[in-house]
Amino acid sequence: MLSIKDLQASINGKEILKGLSLEMGAGEVHAIMGPNGSGKSTLSKVLAGREEYEVTSGTVTYQGVNLLELSPEERAHQGIFMAFQYPVELPGVNNTYFMQASLNAIRKARGEPELNSLNFMKLVRTKLKALEMDESLLKRAVNTGFSGGEMKRNEILQMTLLEPRLSILDETDSGLDIDALRMVSMGVNSLRSPERSMLVITHYQRLLDYIQPDYVHVLSGGRIIRSGDKSLALELEEKGYGWLQEEAAA
Amino acid sequence: MDAAEQQLAELAQVGYEAGFVSNIESETVPPGLDESVIRYISARKNEPEFMLEWRLQAYQKWLEMEEPDWAHLQYTPIDYQSISYFSAPKSAADAPKSLDEVDPELLRVYAKLGIPLEEQKLLAGVAVDAVFDSVSVATTFRKQLAEAGVIFCSISEAMREHPELIKKYLGTVVPQTDNYFAALNAAVFTDGTFVYIPENTRCPMELSTYFRINERNTGQFERTLIIADKGSYVSYLEGCTAPQRDENQLHAAVVELIALEDAYIKYSTVQNWYPGDENGKGGIYNFVTKRGVCAGDRARISWTQVETGSAITWKYPSCVLKGDDSIGEFYSVAVTRGAQQADTGTKMFHIGKNTTSTIVSKGISADRGQNAYRGLVRMNKGAENGRNHTQCDSLLIGDKCGAHTFPYIEVANPTAKVEHEATTSKIGEDQLFYCRQRGLSEEDAVSMIVNGFCKEVFNELPMEFAVEARKLLAISLEGAVG
Repeated sequence: MLSIKDLQASINGKEILKGLSLEMGAGEVHAIMGPNGSGKSTLSKVLAGREEYEVTSGTVTYQGVNLLELSPEERAHQGIFMAFQYPVELPGVNNTYFMQASLNAIRKARGEPELNSLNFMKLVRTKLKALEMDESLLKRAVNTGFSGGEMKRNEILQMTLLEPRLSILDETDSGLDIDALRMVSMGVNSLRSPERSMLVITHYQRLLDYIQPDYVHVLSGGRIIRSGDKSLALELEEKGYGWLQEEAAA
Repeated sequence: MDAAEQQLAELAQVGYEAGFVSNIESETVPPGLDESVIRYISARKNEPEFMLEWRLQAYQKWLEMEEPDWAHLQYTPIDYQSISYFSAPKSAADAPKSLDEVDPELLRVYAKLGIPLEEQKLLAGVAVDAVFDSVSVATTFRKQLAEAGVIFCSISEAMREHPELIKKYLGTVVPQTDNYFAALNAAVFTDGTFVYIPENTRCPMELSTYFRINERNTGQFERTLIIADKGSYVSYLEGCTAPQRDENQLHAAVVELIALEDAYIKYSTVQNWYPGDENGKGGIYNFVTKRGVCAGDRARISWTQVETGSAITWKYPSCVLKGDDSIGEFYSVAVTRGAQQADTGTKMFHIGKNTTSTIVSKGISADRGQNAYRGLVRMNKGAENGRNHTQCDSLLIGDKCGAHTFPYIEVANPTAKVEHEATTSKIGEDQLFYCRQRGLSEEDAVSMIVNGFCKEVFNELPMEFAVEARKLLAISLEGAVG
């Protein structure tokens, strides 16, 4: 599904990722954990195609194609979705309209028929219901005046609508209360399937109580310094990152 | 040249979508302006004597006036003697009675612009008084309007058929000597639209005029007069687009609105004249005076404009709120890109008690476009409890464009309340990336963000106009972000 080899990336001449390698198979959920400034968000943005980040070396192969050659929208058409850590406000742009335009842009790129408004509304209502979300979200402008929790719920709603092959959740749990966290996890878990993979980037172990990862990786100094299963997350919760960083430095 | 500049340069070559010159034989007087030209125009239009007097008066005053230079605009001086002041399609000599008699070439031009007149007649429920160059050549729905008592005709016709209304109202809102361009218009205006809505009548359809400028070197001097009698309502749509050409073209229109007691006039404009090439060469100079008076109590005038064309825009649709409890509104979207310059806004004169005005202005600048909002809110001494709310937002695309705001507020009544809000924002990389991550192309993302920005204004437009405006905005901003 996704193969990252020796990835090096920088922004404004500052190197953030310093040789990161990661293999993800179809149907797998990988968690990336790490202290602030370790390069977690950079990784997600490089994968989604943010142009400010310059890839200086390494390769990223996604479903057999060179991901780094694709524009952000082409990556989206290929099934990559990123739930933003800080979703962006689009004042005056209706949320329903935005989601329909997004879904139809992706369907069109794949040669699938576009959904008309009626069918789209049916679909979005089903998704809302499954996530126990309120319909009022549909009438508002994209993320405009949303609370932190509402923004994250909105991201998950979009994710379940677009049914991506590869979901990247960039610290989606930050700033969420337990209810919101539960809802986010519900959305993520509902999408789990043998074809779909997920990269869950998080600062805290807490989210992993709800979303059980197959693998946990520790990112530090722009590299993965330790990989393991779910138990690694628990160990980190207990001991912090210090001991791993010392080990890595040694 | 980086990729973004390359893309911009390529798109700049695409050119103006509505640009073409149609092939209708015209009758044009030689360039230049003196009394004889004005006498010729007046005679050609079979005007009553008082109109000729009125025109000559305006001309004399104009000669003594000076062209204003206070606007935030830069352009090469206009040579008024190089302009031809009259041009009429030849086929207009015996004016057509129905669409069947209209020059098929004309209809083809409209079709090219996506304005199929014959379909509009059937589908849109809009009566169209089409002004092609200077003479009206097609008027539809006359009968239905006549049944309602509505007068909707060319202003030349009104001078002949309804001289009492012309005498009573022409020049009462925008006097002959109001400003340099209005004086010029008063002297040489060739045609325009006249609307009268009788008492307690709701105009049965939206009235619409499509203006086109089609004659080389011909200034277009339209004059529109709309009178809504007591308790009446009318929605008037004005849309324009022009063929591509090399010379700068002057357009100095005057629009006067009169709303009597309890009357409501809604005036909407979508303006898409040729903006010139990437250096502004060949674009339209648009110096327009638009003003409405709420003459009676509880009258209401609402201006909505979407300005995407012209090299130079100088335009301040205004409201004089004379009647108590009268309402003035101004909703505007102005887009400037390439070398376009716009200095636009409104004036709200609060004279009566409990008068209310709302101003929502959205300026969008891209490339080297310069966009200025200039607004005046005046609360006169007698404007007890006058209220104004102004919201003035600017959106910048790229780093070579400019947005400027010149709000003037004059308050002479202590009970009046005036609020002014202004914001300036840039289309952020974050916003674009967010949209693109969701599968939208950059073009679609820009169009979506810009339309969101303009939503409050578009909401004020009649449905079919709003659709057109959205499309126009998307076309206007193609390739603006790169």
